[in-house]
Amino acid sequence: MTQTLTLTWTTVCLLDRLEPDRGVAALVDGVQIALFRTADELFAIDNRDPVSGAYVLSRGIVGSRGGVPTVASPLHKQVYDLRSGHCLDLPGVAVARHDARCRNGLVEVRLRQEG
Amino acid sequence: MSGGELVVIGNGMVGQRFVDALRARDPQGTWRVTVLAEEGRPAYDRVRLSAYFDGVSESELNLHTPHDGVRLRLGEPATAVDRDRQVVTTAVGEYRYDALVLATGSYAFVPPVAGTELPGVFVYRTLDDLAAIRAYARGRRVGAVIGGGLLGLEAANALRLLGLSTDVVEFAPRLMPVQVDQAGGAMLRRYVDELGVRTHLGVATTAIRQGPDGGVAALELSDGTALDAELVVVAAGIRPRDQLARDAGLPLGPRGGVLVDATCRTADERIWAVGECAAVDGTCHGLVAPGYATAEVVADRLVGGAATFPGADTATKLKLLGVDVASFGDAHGTTEGCLDVTFTDPATRVYAKLVLSDDAHTLLGGVLVGDASAYPTLRASVGGPLPAAPLALLAPDGGGADAGALPAAAQVCSCNAVTRGDVDAAIADGCADVPALKACTRAGTSCGSCVPMLKQLLDAAGVAQSSALCEHFDVSRRELFEIVRVRGIRTFSRLVTEHGRGRGCDICKPVVASILASLGGGHVLDGEQASLQDTNDHFLANLQRDGSYSVVPRIPGGEITPEKLIVIGEVARDFQLYTKITGGQRIDLFGARVEQLPQIWRRLVDAGFESGHAYGKALRTVKSCVGETWCRYGVQDSVGLAVALELRYRGLRAPHKLKSAVSGCARECAEARSKDFGIIATETGWNLYVGGNGGFRPRHADLFATDLSTETLIRIIDRFLIYYIRTADRLQRTAGWIEAMDGGLDHLRSVIVDDSLGLCEDLDAAMARHVSSYSDEWRDVLDDPDRLRRYTSFVNAPDVPDPSITFTRERGQPVPVRDQSPTGSEPTNGHRRQPVTLGLPEVRR
Repeated sequence: MTQTLTLTWTTVCLLDRLEPDRGVAALVDGVQIALFRTADELFAIDNRDPVSGAYVLSRGIVGSRGGVPTVASPLHKQVYDLRSGHCLDLPGVAVARHDARCRNGLVEVRLRQEG
Repeated sequence: MSGGELVVIGNGMVGQRFVDALRARDPQGTWRVTVLAEEGRPAYDRVRLSAYFDGVSESELNLHTPHDGVRLRLGEPATAVDRDRQVVTTAVGEYRYDALVLATGSYAFVPPVAGTELPGVFVYRTLDDLAAIRAYARGRRVGAVIGGGLLGLEAANALRLLGLSTDVVEFAPRLMPVQVDQAGGAMLRRYVDELGVRTHLGVATTAIRQGPDGGVAALELSDGTALDAELVVVAAGIRPRDQLARDAGLPLGPRGGVLVDATCRTADERIWAVGECAAVDGTCHGLVAPGYATAEVVADRLVGGAATFPGADTATKLKLLGVDVASFGDAHGTTEGCLDVTFTDPATRVYAKLVLSDDAHTLLGGVLVGDASAYPTLRASVGGPLPAAPLALLAPDGGGADAGALPAAAQVCSCNAVTRGDVDAAIADGCADVPALKACTRAGTSCGSCVPMLKQLLDAAGVAQSSALCEHFDVSRRELFEIVRVRGIRTFSRLVTEHGRGRGCDICKPVVASILASLGGGHVLDGEQASLQDTNDHFLANLQRDGSYSVVPRIPGGEITPEKLIVIGEVARDFQLYTKITGGQRIDLFGARVEQLPQIWRRLVDAGFESGHAYGKALRTVKSCVGETWCRYGVQDSVGLAVALELRYRGLRAPHKLKSAVSGCARECAEARSKDFGIIATETGWNLYVGGNGGFRPRHADLFATDLSTETLIRIIDRFLIYYIRTADRLQRTAGWIEAMDGGLDHLRSVIVDDSLGLCEDLDAAMARHVSSYSDEWRDVLDDPDRLRRYTSFVNAPDVPDPSITFTRERGQPVPVRDQSPTGSEPTNGHRRQPVTLGLPEVRR
């Protein structure tokens, strides 16, 4: 049984503040989020690298693998699917993903806690 | 025979190998061993003797391993053997033996001409000889070598390195008459001519003339001419040292040497002979490999074994004066009815000959000059069927010498005795590339000459070796560099649209960022380039395991004023940074959070520093020793050069990191030979070494050019670096780049010294652009609000520092708290910090 807790949207920053294909870290309700802007989408995942435990995913390189938008951990280069949070190199490893959207030039994030 | 007193006369390479082999087989020490050595130093690597002139120290050549139960008597040569009393006599005393091993080696043959006793005439045999040659060469201009064989050419190179104009006199009509044939010798001569060494073939030295200072002044030759020579090296061959055996009445071989049978035993059952002094079944062998074989035979026999001499493998591959020369099997075609296939290319200066059986099916031997890349395959094929059509085998790229045709029993890696069958088995077990094969079989891990064969065997097994950079680009880094350069592409998005697919990844993006930077792309954080950078280049600092960064102020050449040291101390104190001296003569400051980086740089910039690249694929540091300014041994200003080089090449983006060092004398305190480009001072200039590295697979750099002026040195390094940047693969250091290059070091020399490809003007211009456009990347961030914007903890909470970065203290300094175990479970092994307790001795009052 998977229960998804949906929380409220939090405004984080202006869209212009995000460089294409690069991430930033944001603090939403005390949770460290890594926020990415690609050519046509916004993604939010946990900032914590589950392999090393360091809060660094926002500083990884954004790219694609087989058409899937990805970010690579800057520490040891494991690649994560930005849409699902699944690690594409290590089976069974994943990061939490969150919702991100743009409203009136503002980037908003909504935390998801999957349990 | 087992156990008792064993006396070994001689502590050369083979004598030492014998003692090592015996000790390995006789762990109980039933033999008490006494080694009587003539020289005052223990065994050293005589094969690499000439490396002494390349700055290799005596200790690096040392071969001696101390063993329990072995007495080594240095400087105490044996003077007589009394077989009746079983006693060896020296100047000091007598040694009784139950078994005696003669390992007296050879002496240099000096032809009976007048004047060989004059000051300035030397032989080329021991380290003492070489030291004497070096000392005598100082201040002299002209030298000559009598003998154009292997040793003679090594001696000629040594004189050249010592700055002497050099002549070689060889009695035979060609150089290296033992190893190569007439045509091979002619090709070799072309190379030697080019180095400025003059050769005189088919003439004998009739006399050595004395000068007014009492020393040697000239050689008189049999053709009536004379050569000026202020220093003469006699390298006219070697003779076995059999005098002790002769005096003791032991039978000798037909051409000298202590006569032994296939068990290496002399006519006296208590006396054995090994190495160059032994005439095994009548024949002496002047190579180390057969010598080692005799040492193993006698060691085995002395513990009751039944080993016999397996026959001598006289195959040789060597680099003489930078020229590859190889000779194997029946190189001179002495087998009855044998056939020759030869290949001569004056343009590429390659000569090759294969000797085949009369039915042209079996390879018997061969000679290679100028390009010995086919040697491993060919040597492995001797005695078996030809692995390919003869002409294809001899093609200069060795392309036809395909290892895929070798039988399973053929030895692919002779250093580690790995057969094709072993390699095939490893491939079948899943080894899919060369690194995996190396790890699994050890093939290619010593000299590396069989690495091309490993690739061929992978190909033969149908394992594809792609050069594609990643899934987004089908081309290699090198090809990508050319595309970007030739088409003038300045953005990743255009490049991936026109020449790739997808959105890029953590492999291709930093590669393209590096290429763009090398081609003068402006600041690394400008525009779209910023998104391509690895996190270190993105934040211009070194990411640590806890998400904090380290800052390493640039200290060019490791030279720093007290005022600047104080500033570093103050910065570290004020920002509470962990401080550590690095291996690159800098000071590393750890534990900075992203938002602190600009503040730290501001303090450093104000004090006249820039931050430095301790990260990224760029020049790291140029280490130096203190040099002639202070050091009583130094001969050049190594610090001054190191500072100049670091300032010249800082910020240069490359396929991998670049390290350098400058030593002020041959003692090499700066460890320059472990660097991508290392410089060692000589009396008259600088020697340049390239392709060294530490790390996972340490490698000493190779001597590339000698006695360069500072100006020439810098020009060659400029070209070396730009050529490397343009043509190396991703994450390929200079060592691997040179190893993978067709033609290796010689090809590199032809491109960047002789300008064989006409590239040098362009390479020089590229470096000039780099030097003139260099700008302090860190200060440029401080001056630009857009760039500064990146340095915040949280985009929506810039005032909140990252709460996950916390410190505890260890040995008086802050260190990361390590409670962030992966996925919340127990820390994996080694991840939990354990206190270190040391049992220190207590001081009692």
